[in-house]
Amino acid sequence: MATAITIPAEREHYLNKEHGISSWLLTTDHKRIALLYLLSITFFFFIGGFFALLIRLELLTPAGDLVQADTYNKLFSMHGQVMVFFFLIPSIPAVLGNFLVPLMIGAKDLAFPKINLLSWYLYVIAGIMMLHAMITGGVDTGWTFYTPLSTAFSNTHVIEAGLSIFVAGFSSIFTGLNFVVTIHRMRAPGMTWSRMPLFIWAHYATSIIQLLGTPVLAITLVLVVLERAFHLCIFDSTCGGDPLLFQHLFWFYSHPAVYIMILPSMGVVTEIITCFSRKRVFGYHFIALASISIAVFGFLVWAHHMFVAGMSVYAALAFSLLSYSVAVPSAIKVFNWTATMYKGSISYSTPMLYAFGFIGLFTMGGMTGLFLASLGIDVHVTDTYFVVAHFHYIMVGGAVMGYLGGMHFWWPKISGRMYPEGWGRLAALIVFIGFNLTFFPQFILGYLGMPRRYWQYPPEFQVLNVLSTAGSTILAVGYVLPMVYFLWSMRYGKIASDNPWGAAGLEWKTSSPPTTFNFDETPVVTWEAYNYDEIPTPEEVAVER
Amino acid sequence: MFNNFPLWPTNASTIAGDVDALFIFLLVVTGLVSIAIFILILFFAAKYRRRPGIEAEQVEGSTPLEITWSIIPLGVFLVIFAWGAIIYFHERTPAKGATDVYVVAKQWMWKLQHEGGQREINELHIPVGRDVRMIMTSQDVIHSFYVPAFRIKQDVLPGRYSYTWFHATKAGTYHLFCAEYCGTQHSGMIGQVVVMEPSQYESWLSGGTTSGSLAQNGEALFQQLGCTTCHRSDVQGRGPNLIGLFGKTVALEDGRTVTADEDYIRESILNPAAKVVSGFKPIMPTFQSIVSEEQVNQLVAYIKSLSKPATGVAGTPTIGSPQTQPQNPKVQ
Repeated sequence: MATAITIPAEREHYLNKEHGISSWLLTTDHKRIALLYLLSITFFFFIGGFFALLIRLELLTPAGDLVQADTYNKLFSMHGQVMVFFFLIPSIPAVLGNFLVPLMIGAKDLAFPKINLLSWYLYVIAGIMMLHAMITGGVDTGWTFYTPLSTAFSNTHVIEAGLSIFVAGFSSIFTGLNFVVTIHRMRAPGMTWSRMPLFIWAHYATSIIQLLGTPVLAITLVLVVLERAFHLCIFDSTCGGDPLLFQHLFWFYSHPAVYIMILPSMGVVTEIITCFSRKRVFGYHFIALASISIAVFGFLVWAHHMFVAGMSVYAALAFSLLSYSVAVPSAIKVFNWTATMYKGSISYSTPMLYAFGFIGLFTMGGMTGLFLASLGIDVHVTDTYFVVAHFHYIMVGGAVMGYLGGMHFWWPKISGRMYPEGWGRLAALIVFIGFNLTFFPQFILGYLGMPRRYWQYPPEFQVLNVLSTAGSTILAVGYVLPMVYFLWSMRYGKIASDNPWGAAGLEWKTSSPPTTFNFDETPVVTWEAYNYDEIPTPEEVAVER
Repeated sequence: MFNNFPLWPTNASTIAGDVDALFIFLLVVTGLVSIAIFILILFFAAKYRRRPGIEAEQVEGSTPLEITWSIIPLGVFLVIFAWGAIIYFHERTPAKGATDVYVVAKQWMWKLQHEGGQREINELHIPVGRDVRMIMTSQDVIHSFYVPAFRIKQDVLPGRYSYTWFHATKAGTYHLFCAEYCGTQHSGMIGQVVVMEPSQYESWLSGGTTSGSLAQNGEALFQQLGCTTCHRSDVQGRGPNLIGLFGKTVALEDGRTVTADEDYIRESILNPAAKVVSGFKPIMPTFQSIVSEEQVNQLVAYIKSLSKPATGVAGTPTIGSPQTQPQNPKVQ
């Protein structure tokens, strides 16, 4: 075993081994590629966030007065496309997963380091196409590209945006492929499947979805592009096509895509809760199995987005029933996290605050999912702000909280520096308050009947919209803060020890930051994951908080 | 801003109460479970907070516990599923004898027409206490017919009919929204549903001017387009006899059977080769670009009227009658 030895300054690690632009742009080191991704997705996160703020500002008043109707439609379309395809889907897998999967299983790198770099270049090409489409006029189809609006009626940059997401899809497929092969083939001696951290299980499940689902999205977008360019009559009802076919194909990917966003976040939360409770995880096998069941069942529920679209009653019945089957493994996870805290030794460090926030917001997002899966209620609330609130609770309240929690947890490993703990806790609190103020009123708006994607709205919805807009400005502060202090800490933060949290994973048994090949010698694993009874506490390793 | 600030939507249809009841049940169940989880987490966080000298006590996982907290939620989910499914069946099954309103949606307006021929745009007048069924299609993109006060919503697709129905219980004026994003003026594709007492409704019906009922206009069109050449009522023509067709089960040439509903009649006009009746040849030409969506509605209403008893505003149309001018309805 490589033991934790702190060498002051000048020690060689992946950040200082090579210098210069080309050492980054041509790197095949998974950790450097993770940082390339971190920069790019942060860039897109703030673009998408900027669109979101403009949307909220427009909705401050019932009249459509800040921007034109077409501009508003482009804003929410591009907010969705940027946030889903250029932030949420790559977020945890491509940054934290890229950085941590090899470290956690004791490997030197991913199985295909060059394909990993190719993934990032595809992402960048897709990103440039998307930026070009935005700058030259944008796209107004919603992120969902519903036909025949997208194929025959919109006169915006549908083809370029569609192809951009097509390319981004391949970036995602390659990342998934890399993880699956790496997890199968590159585990250190002794790292059996049932000793893997649950973060790895979550990424394994995610990768399966990326591999099996994303090609369907790619095909669907190509069909949209071809139909738009050459009028193929696939989705056009005037010549024998069917617009509902598009929705089936689109949601076959885009529902499982939600699990691409949330599963890695669940993995992060499991790591954090065990570490800051100093406990073995409660129900290891059940959480691992739940991740796989979510990935599998997630493919069988897509048409619950279409209960009022014109499906048969019996199809709707089947998809409603199957949707509840996905809720069970999600519930199992929440119960196991809660049980893990029982008799723990719980510290309220920043990552743990994010994990608390995740459980709270994910639970509310999941519970409101039960409303939407219920046919009778869905008819009333689908396509209203109830849905908007629900999926933001899952994808922002859940996935982004997990991402931020993970960024704080592994920041010492990534950068070799500690972030300022007080600011970290403050930001977590601001994000939690801002998030709830932004999105909770939207549940009420939805039940009242305010449809989504409305540029102007009846005046009785104003009070709740004002609250939501107010919340979004608080949320924005909460998101900018970590970026500022992370940057600050890279220069002024305290030097991090190899294992500042006293955490159990293999990634903490190498130096902070790690060397290019992660471990001086290949670790041999002889213990179960989360063996917190055998790990010295942070106090024992004498780390100042 | 604060003088009109509702937190619960108006309840103005028979289904609305059912939806609200399930919604409240779900609020209570999920609320209690969520609060229990949150309290437990906060309790653990406080009770087991890190203190010097006190170490965590490792607890083994428990399979019985895992099974318990899988099975109990599953049971609750099945109850929610079944309850929601019952409401949905009800929502999707219109009562027999409902009053039909035909809807053509387009970017960005609702065009509605009553059986008596009264046309409305972005406004729908209906009586309290009667089942009303919407027969809807779109001229362009997908729209969605949504009346929050009735808790009903149905996407309106091009190239087919979609249906929804409701039974209003309270007079008043309610929002009509387009709920499926449909382009630039999506949020402007709104209107109102005016629910009236039956007596007021009758006087509203007779107050407007119409140029004949839907069925009457359909009959005129049926003559004008020469449909009677093949679809004869006296002798067997080259096309099936349409009297009494609506609502029947039809055997097709390829061995399938279909129920002759509005969508079947619509499809048979616009894409006659799709479903050829057993014993007939696929010789009928398409009327795809010859008749508008409104005219299809008139033809459908006419063919439906051929199966109705001799009552209603449409009078007693007879197929193949020499009369080409529609009678004036009871009002001019």
